[in-house]
Amino acid sequence: MTLPAGVEQRSFGSETGLATRGEPVYGEPTDGDWRKWDPHRSKLGALLELDVETELHGGETVLYLGAASGTTVSHVADFSGPTYAVEFAPRPMRDLLAVTDSRPNLFPLLKDARKPVEYAHIVEPVDVVIQDVATRGQARVALENSQFLDAGGLLIVAFKARSEDVTEPPESVFSRLCSELETEYDILTRERLEPYHQDHLGVIAKKR
Amino acid sequence: MNARNPPDSGWFVDGLDREQAVKRVRTGTAATPQDWPALAVEAEVVSETDDYYQQLHEITRAAAREAVTEHESADDQQLIHLVRALDDCQRTANELTERVGEWAGSYDADASMEPAYFEELAAREPDGLIERRLVSLAKRVVELKAEANDLEVALERATPEVAPNLSKLAGPLLAARLIALAGGLDSLAKKPSGTLQVLGAEDALFAHLKGNASPPKHGIIYTHEAIRGTPSGDRGSAARALAGKLTIAARVDYYSGELRPELAAELADRIERIRARGSQ
Repeated sequence: MTLPAGVEQRSFGSETGLATRGEPVYGEPTDGDWRKWDPHRSKLGALLELDVETELHGGETVLYLGAASGTTVSHVADFSGPTYAVEFAPRPMRDLLAVTDSRPNLFPLLKDARKPVEYAHIVEPVDVVIQDVATRGQARVALENSQFLDAGGLLIVAFKARSEDVTEPPESVFSRLCSELETEYDILTRERLEPYHQDHLGVIAKKR
Repeated sequence: MNARNPPDSGWFVDGLDREQAVKRVRTGTAATPQDWPALAVEAEVVSETDDYYQQLHEITRAAAREAVTEHESADDQQLIHLVRALDDCQRTANELTERVGEWAGSYDADASMEPAYFEELAAREPDGLIERRLVSLAKRVVELKAEANDLEVALERATPEVAPNLSKLAGPLLAARLIALAGGLDSLAKKPSGTLQVLGAEDALFAHLKGNASPPKHGIIYTHEAIRGTPSGDRGSAARALAGKLTIAARVDYYSGELRPELAAELADRIERIRARGSQ
């Protein structure tokens, strides 16, 4: 598998790990311009660390749903083109705003990812949708936001089983979510994110 | 196009004047995304796409900052004022209701404590010095009740802003009362679950600590359905489970603010198991 341009495996003192070039945002180790991307704090980071082919090449236009405090989206913006970061909760948005200080290609949007109509007047059609929202109906969010992708456009999503149903076994939640996703997307890869994230499934898909 | 289906225009349609553009970013809509950078250049709003992204960066940041600031003005201290004002209004309204009811009973054979009677009394055209005072007082009672109602509506809207997870789990009113009893969301988040469990039952707790009473099972969280709906033998367990989840919710709200919808399902699951165990 290939890492996107702008993402490298580098050594930080005694440890090696993924890294991107940009201003540090959460006290991560740095080496010159490079800063470490902690797979324990980022589902996309975990996918890359687990050697999953993400189909990311670097430089894409990105719509990131569920940006939270901006840990992952800061790395995404480091190696991507224009990056739209949607987050619904005001509290983490304050931290996300700090992340946008040094990243002119990162646009913070305090919007509900379940209602794309509220940000379609800002977000252009993109190459990639990356989704990490902890809400019930995660597949529906991906379907509603497919309008930002052309046919063949890339979707990278981290499904969290516990957000759907805490009592149902994760695998059965995942297969339900995936079959819902398949109404509009072709799934290329599905991969559990253990040991970095419990009960999470990473999915790489393309819009039909 | 009609009003239900407005023409899709980008956030820059009102120009790049900061105030206008920020407002459009915050409240605008479009049914479908379009190639906004190209359209902005075409409309000569910006000279080139680099310029477009620079403007977009500034305006989206300003819009997000504005929304965050608005959110933060609805802070936990304001919730405490709302809760206390609500309690004062309700208590005073109840006291005056009794007074007016008793007074009106000496005057009017149909008198009752029903809200309908109070409204009728308040709307009456008074006759003479004494009845004028009675009708006026009834009017205050009706107004006080309306005020209490408005305060409660305000609480229901403000609490989820300050503590979304706690409010989801406990309901806005109980969430606000817990915050008020603890003195703020920060001190609530720092309390152990066992303390949250007996907040509002301080008299019983201190009687117990002095050595001659059994410990209280629950404080204000008694009003939660998870406890009220559980048979009395299992209420201690239910209170412990509920207090645990509420403590987690308060901490998530205070330290991260992210939504954790799974907490509600976890609580429901836990309570269900406690009740099932009791019925065996």
